[in-house]
Amino acid sequence: MEIALAHYLVVGAILFSLGIFGIFLNRKNVIVILMAIELMLLAVNINLAAFSTWLGDPAGQVFAMFVLTVAAAEVSIGLAILVVYNRMRGTIEVEDVSAMKG
Amino acid sequence: MTLPALCFYLFSAVAIASGAMVVAGRNPVHSVLFLILAFLSAAGLFVLMGAEFLAMILAIVYVGAVAVLFLFVVMMLDIDFARFREGFLQYLPIGGTVGLALLIELGFMLAATRLGAGGAPLAAPGGPATGAESNTRVIGRLLYTEYFYLFQAAGLILLVAMVAAIALTLRERPGVRRQRVADQVARRPRDAIEIRQVPPGAGI
Repeated sequence: MEIALAHYLVVGAILFSLGIFGIFLNRKNVIVILMAIELMLLAVNINLAAFSTWLGDPAGQVFAMFVLTVAAAEVSIGLAILVVYNRMRGTIEVEDVSAMKG
Repeated sequence: MTLPALCFYLFSAVAIASGAMVVAGRNPVHSVLFLILAFLSAAGLFVLMGAEFLAMILAIVYVGAVAVLFLFVVMMLDIDFARFREGFLQYLPIGGTVGLALLIELGFMLAATRLGAGGAPLAAPGGPATGAESNTRVIGRLLYTEYFYLFQAAGLILLVAMVAAIALTLRERPGVRRQRVADQVARRPRDAIEIRQVPPGAGI
């Protein structure tokens, strides 16, 4: 049985849904929310690379690399904000984050 | 079932299972470790697709840097993670509904789209044909010619992220004695030593 494009798309769809599910499930824990976002970006990368191979156009893999870059930047800034927030408040619960509320 | 198909099912099953463990794990340290496993399995999937360079980048950058950064922060922040579990089941119905709805929508879309005609089969046994350019060379050629400005912009994004992370977390703590090399170098003997004429027979 040939492994076709649809197989990879199904894997990507399941991983993306798991990421969404994780964001809703771990409402309090920012670290796990960040990890769920990473999971969703991984699913996007799987889709990009699968389509890139299927179409024979390597531009998709280049874009997957850019997605990786942005994800790395996002994680570093997110974790830095988390560290600062934990230093200020002594907790990282998302429900406490209302400092920006007017 | 051929070997590539077997590898595909193995890698995708491990990736999905560890993804589920990431979002459902009790301990964030376990979540990070399962995230690493998910990334490695996805790297295996990339190798099966024929995107070897992306697979290696994923293994090096993600497992080597990002996941370790996660692990570092999780272990550095001394947090009572048990409290996060309160109200965990409260969000299970809505989270499950949204996730399942999205999955079903994606499934419908996939089932309705015709992907048959054209295109190369993925996971071609035996890898790329001999004489073909390697994946890394193709990506490099594309990255340094057509997408060069985007590549520079990506570097700029990383620079901005680095500066922002340092600026956010750097702090001056009062009352900490640290070495000031400039002060030490600028110190002169006449600042440190005082020469006095002591008359004989009398003390200072």
